[in-house]
Amino acid sequence: MIFVKLFYEFFLIGLFAIGGGATTIPFLFDLSEKYHWFTPQEVTNMVAISESTPGPIGINMATYAGYNTAGIFGGIVATFGLVMPSLIIIILISRILKAYANNAAFNFLLKSLQPAVVALVLNATIQIAQVSLNSLLPFLIFAFILIFMRFYKTGSVFYIMLAGVIGYALKL
Amino acid sequence: MKILINLFITFFKTGLFTFGGGYAMLPILKDEVVAKHHFATEDELLNYFSIGQCTPGIIAVNVATFCGYKLKKVVGAIVATLALVLPSLIIITLVASVLSHFMENDDVVHAMRGIRVGVAAVLIKIVYDLGKRVLAQSNFIGLDCCVFFVALLAVVFLKISSVFVISAVMLFSVGRLCFERRNR
Repeated sequence: MIFVKLFYEFFLIGLFAIGGGATTIPFLFDLSEKYHWFTPQEVTNMVAISESTPGPIGINMATYAGYNTAGIFGGIVATFGLVMPSLIIIILISRILKAYANNAAFNFLLKSLQPAVVALVLNATIQIAQVSLNSLLPFLIFAFILIFMRFYKTGSVFYIMLAGVIGYALKL
Repeated sequence: MKILINLFITFFKTGLFTFGGGYAMLPILKDEVVAKHHFATEDELLNYFSIGQCTPGIIAVNVATFCGYKLKKVVGAIVATLALVLPSLIIITLVASVLSHFMENDDVVHAMRGIRVGVAAVLIKIVYDLGKRVLAQSNFIGLDCCVFFVALLAVVFLKISSVFVISAVMLFSVGRLCFERRNR
């Protein structure tokens, strides 16, 4: 029974949280009030841990909240509940995209959104920079990685992990 | 079958090395999906993000579903989405059960701070590359720059929701289309 409820509640979150992982946070606070599956304090912890573990924040929080409520299977059910609306809706939209792939007006519309998307990526960058570049040392590591990127071209994962190793070595 | 396996590996890797929200996965997707496997073009990836931003659900999942569907229809969509969430499922379950003190370990905290600096660096590079590309392909440079700065102002300083910003730009473009049609 708890699994059905978990699936249902996270399905709703997946359906109504428009705009990314962080938008799921208020829904989790609502859940803590409605079912007492977890306390608001625990939600705060979930947010902190979800932000500092690999994986998109929204998914991490669903797994964590589900696990907290009903163990491993709870984590799996909550996660699937969360992704199910995306899966259905995006498959439908994909069909539309395919049907209109050669439509000039449709492509014009999509292309006109690109400058705004660049602004959104920059916004995400600023948010991460604000919390991570809070003193001289992280800033120096940041500059080093940027210069390193110019001279040694490889995948992003390498630079991210390199920064992690430097952070560990310098006790950042 | 080979495509499905590659799709799985690509999105598993993306889930594993994404630290932060949906946009933090853009650099990895660009490496893997666009450059390495040619699953989608850079334009398509940007479209997935802009549509994924204003449709329900986690952006990361939306983008994975788009890529998977493009390659292998519904099966591809399911495989890509499963692969994306699998690392989270495993890691969070471990952290929540046996590794509950793992996140408080000093070494882990230092490494995580470093990783976030790395993500910021990789993202700045992506913004620069994307900006350059959008400018180079633009037929309306002045207007596109305006859209960029207004959108930036709206999300960074006015804290307006990204969903609203994308929807507003879409409405504006629909208006432009109608206006051009009428004047033709």
